[in-house]
Amino acid sequence: MARRKDRATEALWAYAFIAPTALGLGLFYLWPVLQTAYFSFTEWGAFGGHEWTGVDNYVRLVSDPELGRALVNTFTFTGLGLLSIPLAIVFAALLNRKMRGVGVYRTLFFLPYVTMPVAVAMVWRWLYNGDYGLINNALALVGVDGPNWIADPDTALYAVVVIGIWSSIGYNMIILLAGMQSIPADYYEAAALDGAGPVRQFVRITLPLLSPTAFFVSVISVIGSLQLFDLVFVIAGSGASARANPAFPRLQTVVQLFYDRAFVTNDRGYAAAIVMVLLLIIVILTAVQFRLQRRWVHYA
Amino acid sequence: MGSRIFLNLKLFGTALVAVGLTLTACSGGDDKAADPNEKVTLTYGVWDVNQQPAMQELATNFTKTHPNITVQVQLTPWEGYWTKLKAAVTGGAAPDVFWMNGPNFQLYASNKVIAPNPEGADTSVYPKALADLYTFEGKSYGLPKDMDTIGVWYNKKLFDAKKVAYPKDGWTWADFQDAAAKLTDAKAGVHGTAAELTSFQEYQYNTIAQAGGYVISPDGKKSGYDDPKTIAGLKFWTDLLDKKQSPDLKTMTDTTPLQLFESGKIAMYWGGSWNVPEFMGNEYAKDKVDVAPLPKGEKQATVIHGVANVVGAKSEHPDQAWEFVKYLGSKEAAEILGKTGPIPAYNGTQDAWAAKYPNLKLRTFLDSVSYAVPFPVSKNTAAWNEAELTHLTKAWNGQQPVEQSSAELAKAMNDLLAKE
Repeated sequence: MARRKDRATEALWAYAFIAPTALGLGLFYLWPVLQTAYFSFTEWGAFGGHEWTGVDNYVRLVSDPELGRALVNTFTFTGLGLLSIPLAIVFAALLNRKMRGVGVYRTLFFLPYVTMPVAVAMVWRWLYNGDYGLINNALALVGVDGPNWIADPDTALYAVVVIGIWSSIGYNMIILLAGMQSIPADYYEAAALDGAGPVRQFVRITLPLLSPTAFFVSVISVIGSLQLFDLVFVIAGSGASARANPAFPRLQTVVQLFYDRAFVTNDRGYAAAIVMVLLLIIVILTAVQFRLQRRWVHYA
Repeated sequence: MGSRIFLNLKLFGTALVAVGLTLTACSGGDDKAADPNEKVTLTYGVWDVNQQPAMQELATNFTKTHPNITVQVQLTPWEGYWTKLKAAVTGGAAPDVFWMNGPNFQLYASNKVIAPNPEGADTSVYPKALADLYTFEGKSYGLPKDMDTIGVWYNKKLFDAKKVAYPKDGWTWADFQDAAAKLTDAKAGVHGTAAELTSFQEYQYNTIAQAGGYVISPDGKKSGYDDPKTIAGLKFWTDLLDKKQSPDLKTMTDTTPLQLFESGKIAMYWGGSWNVPEFMGNEYAKDKVDVAPLPKGEKQATVIHGVANVVGAKSEHPDQAWEFVKYLGSKEAAEILGKTGPIPAYNGTQDAWAAKYPNLKLRTFLDSVSYAVPFPVSKNTAAWNEAELTHLTKAWNGQQPVEQSSAELAKAMNDLLAKE
């Protein structure tokens, strides 16, 4: 009897402890998601006042060339953005040892991540400037006439991918570094006794035991990349004037399209439908990743 | 980059909920009877930090004559002004009085979130095109505060270097094209002008009107972009691009025409009267620029636009708010504004503004009011403003003829207008 009472008290305490988070989560995440789902079936003007229109918004989505284009761009960005993980592993491995000034290097790599994305994008915009940018001036020294990186449809998306990788590498690296440091030193000592060199140790011990961390990083990266917005918003410009960039068709992302519909052209029901599609894609891709992890993730 | 973007979306969600909460919180009753001696505080929403001191001065002056009313000036920078205002209006928390512009006006008027003026409001003291801009379905809303027109800013140094005569009043498209050709110097990286695509107010709308075309029919139902004369107004710019007398679109995307003009890379820049403080504060431009009227096509025309002060429909003190708007639209207020700010809208008060820089022919902007055409708007201007760029970018970038882009734009715009 007494034991049961204890348990009930314990449960009560547990609920009390998670209540603030659960409440916040419900109020600020779950409820808006449900509301947005509802609004995606309505026509919702600039000042509220929605009207039920059934699946109209979704029918429109299917034949919207901008959504198709935005999806292609977003997937390309997400796919290429994953390159930041192997790069981050290499840097993490290089910084995972005792050497002078290791803290300085770690800070330098992490710096882009703690810098405001808008500031990052502004600086890259200057670097990429076709006539006055540092990159093209450097290229001119070796006789190469560089393009207008962010205004040329052939280069714009890749230019943004480079910024994306550059700014996420520090975050990925820190997580992976933590993963590496949690690998017990005994394994390496034993491998060294058996005559395994550093490369062999890295491939046979570090990589497999790092895979759960790499998996986490990849899930987070994919979700983040699919929601790419701020970088492009600053690089390409905001609202309607972004469309004067000839490379805009290659830069437009799903969230940017959502922003334009929700906040620029006052078409919020349709915007809600766009994010519901994005939500669905994120759920599916994350589920796929969890399925695939069985093939490559080793839990020690 | 990942999780921060995620955060932004979460913030958006939070904002949505906050709006929802305010909605429920603000629906409480306001059944107190109006008491003329009641002490009230009005909020006044503005977006220009440069004009904030003048607005504050006007608010203080107003309280001197209306001791029961205090006015709180609320500044929201332009970038977030409309997004925030829309959310505030939806949540019932809009300022009592706020700045309105042409492209947004009909959206607010047709959704009944701003209040029409009481009977007998006098709008005859403002330029007619401005009074018309703030009239919706026969009712006037708010009072015009300031106005702006467009002129050709030119770099005298570049004109002198090529021995080209400065533009004169009454010059024509042919004169302009001739000057653009002579001023272009590919080796020096100088272009005669810049066919900017992102500001229709300074560029395309003017040449469309000068060519005798139109952007939107007077009833706001039909696009003018399939009219041959409208297309002629666009072709004016694409011809300059074809002849390389303007930087190409990619270059203008990287470096704005304004930046190019202020670094001596463009000889003639189409800009507004609002550029005066910009150029006078620019180390390079301040002693090299002057302004001329826009060249004449089939007719002479410039787009006129101006900001108005309007009363929110949900204001708890509509009478006091209207009193304040009337003061802001008065001759006295216009004179205070003209000293530091843009051109005041009140007829006859503009001289102080024009006299501020005697070295510039600022009267150009005032003289052009006589042939000014109104800024084209409809109920959801933003929707077809986006379409203008989506379609015309292809013509500006040389991917397809301007006739084709314009026809596609007309079709898209007509679809959007039908939905309004």
